[in-house]
Amino acid sequence: MTRATASRQIGDTLLKVDGVSLGFGGVKALTDVSFDVRKGEIRAIIGPNGAGKSSMLNCINGFYHPSHGSISYKGIVRGAMRPHEAAKNGIARTFQNIALFKGMSTLDNIMTGRLLKMKRGFFWQCLHWGPARAEEIEHREVVERVIDFLEIQAIRKTPVGRLPYGLQKRVELGRALAAEPELLLLDEPMAGMNLEEKEDMCRFILDVNEQFGTTIALIEHDMGVVMDISDRVVVLEYGRKIADGTPDAVKSDPKVIEAYLGTGHA
Amino acid sequence: MIYREAGQFKTSYAADQAIFPILQDRIALAILLAVAFVAVPLMASDYFLSTILIPFLVFAVAAIGLNILTGYCGQLSLGTGGFMACGAYAAYKLATGFPELNIVLVFLLSGGVTALVGVAFGVPSLRIKGFYLAVATLAAQFFLIWLFTKVPWFVNYSASGVISAPPRAVFGWFVTGIEATPQAKYVFCLGFVAVLALVAKNLVRGRIGRAWMAIRDMDIAAEIIGIRPLHTKLLAFAVSSFYCGVAGALWAFIYTSSVEALAFDINRSFQILFMIIIGGLGSILGSFLGAAFIVMLPIFLNSVPTAMGVPLSTSMIAHMEFMIFGGLIVFFLIVEPHGLARLWQIGKEKLRLWPFPH
Repeated sequence: MTRATASRQIGDTLLKVDGVSLGFGGVKALTDVSFDVRKGEIRAIIGPNGAGKSSMLNCINGFYHPSHGSISYKGIVRGAMRPHEAAKNGIARTFQNIALFKGMSTLDNIMTGRLLKMKRGFFWQCLHWGPARAEEIEHREVVERVIDFLEIQAIRKTPVGRLPYGLQKRVELGRALAAEPELLLLDEPMAGMNLEEKEDMCRFILDVNEQFGTTIALIEHDMGVVMDISDRVVVLEYGRKIADGTPDAVKSDPKVIEAYLGTGHA
Repeated sequence: MIYREAGQFKTSYAADQAIFPILQDRIALAILLAVAFVAVPLMASDYFLSTILIPFLVFAVAAIGLNILTGYCGQLSLGTGGFMACGAYAAYKLATGFPELNIVLVFLLSGGVTALVGVAFGVPSLRIKGFYLAVATLAAQFFLIWLFTKVPWFVNYSASGVISAPPRAVFGWFVTGIEATPQAKYVFCLGFVAVLALVAKNLVRGRIGRAWMAIRDMDIAAEIIGIRPLHTKLLAFAVSSFYCGVAGALWAFIYTSSVEALAFDINRSFQILFMIIIGGLGSILGSFLGAAFIVMLPIFLNSVPTAMGVPLSTSMIAHMEFMIFGGLIVFFLIVEPHGLARLWQIGKEKLRLWPFPH
């Protein structure tokens, strides 16, 4: 949380997806999809249900391995990568269905986001004293800044299982933010929220992008939200890319209109 | 009114992260430790020490061990008895093979040996979960007991197949063997338990504990955060088996002094699993409460009805024990999966507000 930048700057390509195909048995989830994400931008991936949006995110953070094509991150083409390696490289994500650790408090959940940055070994952990304690406090301070940023101070010690849905989504964002990612993948961050919660979430996403310069790739179904906050939009349908460009360009693309509304003589 | 933290302000994260952030709790703990270390050995009878307190302490170590694996890391294990046996036999081989080795070191090393065995049996946990993993650990249970029964090397080729603890002293006090007094055994055991419980608490409240709990609660999300599942699970198996191994060594050397492999059969594994279910999954305090409960219940059933003038037959007591355990386990699984530890916590929260309703 220390890399606050004053103004938004869209830089070079951070992530490049090149001709990616992914199949599960006979089902083709993705077919020859290519797009890029530039440093500092908010990139939306939209499409009807089953278009392959979540599969795309899963490929990016190493959960699935594409059968064809390549993904390059920071200019380096990645081989088959495990999710924890993606995390080490600065890719964090949230999930469509909340994937919090239900038995732990909000604080502990967000602290898990710092796990990769905590280095003290087993011996010091046994003692929980000296360097281990100093490290614990150092990371607690970062986590407290995330908690302040997301305005969830009051639920710090509450087990997340007891929190309402909207707050759980926010804690999940906090856990991803605590890792100080360069690329943040959000899988339907606003699904199932009411208008007020959606507006809050939009504000947090924009703030994260502006204040920390974090690049964001998000999947969202609410078209109003997508058109408002994203810089560029890629549209998938049946695993293929059908459009790519600024929100305005995508909105008026006949293929996109067809995908969402169906053809006139259907 | 007495138990309230009003006026105790935490001004640092260190104070907020303390195990006992409330002053009254710290005072209570200090009193408890003083009583346990000083008053109890001076005042308690030999019978009370050697049939109630020492088994309670040994069980508590085993329960902490299983709780780390099952309660914190979410890996169901039925191999606890096997790992305890492993610790007991490792301690016996070490103590007889290297007579000059300090007994504390013997116990720690036997824990280490068990940790290695635990890791070996924990490898399948990457692939299989839940009941299937429980069955895999069951294999560890039966294999280890079979091994210690069948291979005479483990019992130094004694005809009876029983291992007897050789006499060993710490600071000139005998803690094992015939000359050891129950008092010395108890204090030695208590020291071990206090240190091991503190270490366990430190592990679970730090980075490693959070990784364990993350794997328990949602392994996919944990992996995406950057936790390596195999490493984390194997570490849980290692630490858990270490505790079980030390518990087994304490059992063989301090509690019973001589033991055969069948003392650590599948029933022992279930007994310790019941302890952590009743005491509280994912709680160090719960391990103690569960161990106390299971050690005390038969004694309670033995003495109370007789004292009240309702003498029960021995078989009746044995049957009642089964029925009460069964009923309680069903009760806790449905009503309070976090066990006695959670009840204790609720009680403390109520006490903070008392006498006001909220």
